[in-house]
Amino acid sequence: MTDTIDRVLDHLVVRFAGDSGDGMQLTGDRFTSVSASFGNDLSTLPDFPAEIRAPAGTVNGVSAFQVNIADHEITTPGDEPNVLVAMNPAALKADLHRLEIGGTLIVNEDAFGERDLDKAGYVDDDGQPVNPLDGDDLNGYRVLKVPMTSLTKQVCEPLGVKARDAERSKNFFALGLVSWMYTRPVEPTEAWIDEKFAKNEKVAAANKAAFHAGFNFGETTEAVGHRYEVHPAKLPSGTYTSITGNTALSWGLVAAGQLAKLPITLGSYPITPASDILHELSKQKHFGIRTVQAEDEIAAVGVALGASFAGHLGVTTTSGPGVALKSETISLAVAIELPMLIIDIQRGGPSTGLPTKTEASDLNLALYGRHGESPLPVVASYSPAHCFHAAIEAARIALKYRTPVILLSDGYLANGSEPWKLPDVASLPDISVPFTTEPNHVTADGTREFWPYLRDEETLARPWAIPGTPDLMHRVGGLEKKDGTGNIDYTPENHQLMTEIREAKVAAVAADIPPTEVGGDPDADVLVLGWGSTWAAIDAAVQRRRRAGLKVAKAHITHLSPLPPDLGDLLRRYKRVVLPELNRGQLAHHLRGTFLIDITSVSKVQGLPFKTREIEDAIDTAIAEAGALS
Amino acid sequence: MNTKQVAVTTKADWTSDQEVRWCPGCGDYGILLAVQQLMPDLGVAPENTVFVSGIGCSSRFPYYMNTYGMHSIHGRAPAIATGVATARPDLDVWVITGDGDGLSIGGNHLIHALRRNVNLNILLFNNRIYGLTKGQYSPTSEVGKVTKSTPMGSVDPPFNPLSVALGAEASFVARTHDLDRKHMQDTFRAAHAHKGASFVEIYQNCNVFNDGQFNDVTKKNVREEMMINLVHGEPILFGADRQRGVMQGRDGFLKLVEVADVGLDQILVHDEANSHPSLAFALARLNSDDASPTPFGVFRNVDRPEYSQAVSEQLMAASEQKGPGDLEALLASNGTWEV
Repeated sequence: MTDTIDRVLDHLVVRFAGDSGDGMQLTGDRFTSVSASFGNDLSTLPDFPAEIRAPAGTVNGVSAFQVNIADHEITTPGDEPNVLVAMNPAALKADLHRLEIGGTLIVNEDAFGERDLDKAGYVDDDGQPVNPLDGDDLNGYRVLKVPMTSLTKQVCEPLGVKARDAERSKNFFALGLVSWMYTRPVEPTEAWIDEKFAKNEKVAAANKAAFHAGFNFGETTEAVGHRYEVHPAKLPSGTYTSITGNTALSWGLVAAGQLAKLPITLGSYPITPASDILHELSKQKHFGIRTVQAEDEIAAVGVALGASFAGHLGVTTTSGPGVALKSETISLAVAIELPMLIIDIQRGGPSTGLPTKTEASDLNLALYGRHGESPLPVVASYSPAHCFHAAIEAARIALKYRTPVILLSDGYLANGSEPWKLPDVASLPDISVPFTTEPNHVTADGTREFWPYLRDEETLARPWAIPGTPDLMHRVGGLEKKDGTGNIDYTPENHQLMTEIREAKVAAVAADIPPTEVGGDPDADVLVLGWGSTWAAIDAAVQRRRRAGLKVAKAHITHLSPLPPDLGDLLRRYKRVVLPELNRGQLAHHLRGTFLIDITSVSKVQGLPFKTREIEDAIDTAIAEAGALS
Repeated sequence: MNTKQVAVTTKADWTSDQEVRWCPGCGDYGILLAVQQLMPDLGVAPENTVFVSGIGCSSRFPYYMNTYGMHSIHGRAPAIATGVATARPDLDVWVITGDGDGLSIGGNHLIHALRRNVNLNILLFNNRIYGLTKGQYSPTSEVGKVTKSTPMGSVDPPFNPLSVALGAEASFVARTHDLDRKHMQDTFRAAHAHKGASFVEIYQNCNVFNDGQFNDVTKKNVREEMMINLVHGEPILFGADRQRGVMQGRDGFLKLVEVADVGLDQILVHDEANSHPSLAFALARLNSDDASPTPFGVFRNVDRPEYSQAVSEQLMAASEQKGPGDLEALLASNGTWEV
C-alpha cells in the first residue's frame, strides 16, 4: 500500500458522466448526499438527455451529474469540473472539453472496445475506430484508466451474481473510487444501499461489493496517488437537509396550505421538468392535499380553478408549453378574481425544445401571455431552497388579492440541490384570509344582499364566498361584470373601469414588496441585476470580481409583476446595469420599456446555467465602459 | 356529507333576478323551467348547489339559477366542475353544455369526466347547430347540412352523443327532449339520484338557426309512433296501441318489429342496470336518422365507484396511516444533519 498524503482543497467539482443506463444521476446524488451530511456546502447540476433511453453508447445518450462541494458558502455547481468520471467513450467525447486543464480524468477502460468507440464516433477518416486513451488527446490531464466493469464482475462473481447483472453495479465502483480519493465517509452509502435494495439482497450485496472494490482500488493502487480532503463549510448553525427545487417547491405548497388553513387541490398533467411536484404532492394526502392527474393541461388548470371556486387553494404545475395551453383559463381566473397558483418550471423552448434543459424564457409568457388586458402577479424563485419560500409568497399574494399568480422556477432549480437550513416552522407567516359569510350590501328598501364584486378598499380584493354558504349564492363568469354587483354589464364606461380596477389591484401588490436589497458595493458604477436561477452565478461572479479589487453592486428581484416599487430609482443610480438572463433579454426589454433606461443584456440560451466566468466577463466589460463614460 | 337535511324550497328560491336573454321561442326556456320547478322536489338547498357551464347559448343557464354558478370558458365546464366536485364532494354539481361545447371544443373533458365517474349531472343541450355564433354546423349536425360555413353542405359525419358517452364508460346515460317537461324532470331526477357522472342528452330546438330539427320525432302528433320510451324492467314497446317493439335478433342486432308478428315474449325487456353496455349502445344506435323511431329515457344506470369519494377515501386512509400532516416532520423527512 502506498503512503498517501492527504491534501486539503477548498472546493472540488466532480462530474460523473456515462450512458443513460449507467446510473450516473444516482451516483452523483449519493456523492452529494454524503458530502452534505459531512458538512460541505454544495450545489449540483444534473444534466441528462430528453430520451429515457437514447441509443446506448452514443453521445446523445450521455447523462451527467455535476456537483461542487466546498468548505465555504458556494452557490454554483462550478464552471469547470476538477474531476471527470467517464464511464464510456461517449461520455468522454461529450464532456472532456468541460474538464479543467490539468484536471483528473477517470475512465472505465473496459468500455473502450471497438464497437463502443464506433458508437461514440471515435473513428478516423476511413471509419476505423480510434481509441482516445491511446493518443495525445488526453495530454494535459491526469488520467486514471480503471477496468471498472471487469473488476466489478470479479468481486460479484463469488456472490452468485450473473455477469450481466454485476455489470450494472459498476457505477458503485466509480462512487467507491471517488469516495476514497476525496475522503468521503463510507457508512452512509452502505446504509443507503441496504435500505434502497432491501427487497433484493443480491443486488444490495453486488452494489456494496462494487462500492468497496472501488474504494479499495484507490487505497491499494499506486496509480491513484494522493487523497484529498474538503473540510466542512462554516455554515450558520442549525438543522440542515439537502433539497432540490422541486421538492422545496412542493413542500412550500404544503406549507402554504397549512399557513392559509386551506386544503390544496392540485390539477396537473405530467410534463418535464415539473412532474416531480405532482409526484411529491401525491404523497402528502395526509395534509389534506388532493391531486388530480388531469386529461390535459387545460383540464388541469380547470380543476384548480374549480377547486378555488369551491374554497380550496387551487394549484396547477407545468412547464412553458402547458402554460400556453392554460392561458385561456388563467384569463378567466383574472376575470372572476379567484386565488390560484400556476407554477411554471421553465425549460428550453419554443415547443418541445429542450425538455430536460434549463432556460428562463417564459417571462414574457408569464407577464403578457394572455388575451385581453389580463394583468397578474408573477413571482420567481432564485435557488432550490428559495422555491419553498417563493411558493408561500405566491400563495400569500393569490389569497390576499384574490388573483391567479404565476410562480416561475426552472429546470436547473428544479433538479439542482443545495443544503437548506430548515426554517423555524413557527416563524412562517400566517397567510390565511377569511371567507365572506354575510351579505355585504343593503339596498334602499333595507334588503341585505351579497355583491360579489364589492371590493376591499385597500387591496381591491373582492369577497370570497364559497358554495355551502347560505344567502350568498352568486354567479361568476367570463363576461364583463358590473363593478359591485357582478351582474353582466357590457357598457363602455364599466369595461374601462373594470379593466383599470383589475390593473390597480395587481399594482397594489407592490405595497407588500420589501425594499430591494443591494449587495456588493452599493456605490459602484455597475450593478448586476438578476432574477431567477441566475442568482447563483451572479453571486459567485460579483464575489470574485470584488476579491480581484473591482467595485460592483448586485441586486436580485423575486417579484416580476408588479416590480418592486423602488426598482426604477435603484437602477438609475448606476452608470451601467448588467442583466444576465437565460433568455434573449426579456426582463431587460421589459425594464427598458417600463423605466426608459438602458440595460446591458447578457443572454445565454444553451440549456445550461451561466458559468461564473461568463458573468465576470460581462462585469469587466461594463466597468470598462462605465469608466470610459466618466 | 351524510348529514344533508331535506331543504324546503320553492321554484322562486331557485330563480335568480337576472333577465333571461335567450331568443323568444328557444327550447332552452322549457329546460330552464323544468329544472327550476324540479329543484324543490329534490330536497336540496340552493347554497349547496353549483351550476357550471361552458360557452354557447345553453351555457348562459347558470345566470338564471339562484345557486352558486360559473359561466366558464368554451368546452371546459366538465374539467372545472371536476375541480369543484373533487374539492367538495358535499355539493350538488351540475354541468350545462351544448353539442359544440361538450362534443367539439370540450370533447376531451367530457369523456374524461365520464370515465372518472365524477359526481356531476351533465345536461347536454343538443340543437345540432352553433347558435351563439349565428349558425354554423355542429359535431352533431347531419352530413350535407347547409349552413353559413358549409354552403355546399357539411361533409363530416356527426357524433351520436349517447354513443360517445357509453364509449367513455359513462355510468348513467339518458335522453330527453325540450317539449316534454315531465319527461325532462323524470330524467333529471334520475340523473340527480345517480351517484357518479350522469349524462343527459336533451333534444333542444333552436328556432332561429335550426328550427324543427327534431319535429319528425318529438312533435306531439308523431310522438306515439316515433318515440320509444325506455322503462326499466319493461318490454320496449311503442306506437299508439303499443303494437310495435324492439327485439334482439339471433344475430345479436336490435330491430323494430310488430308485436303481433313475433309475440310479446320476444320483445326485449329494458335493463338499464345491465353491467355490460352493449345493449345500451345498440339502443343508442337504433335510430339511423331523424325520421325513424328514437329511444328516450334512461339507457344505462349502473353503480361504479365515484371519483370524488374515492379521492376523499384515500385522504382519510393516508391520515389514518400517517396521522395528520406535520410540517416540521415533513421538512426533516429526507434526512438532516446539524451544523
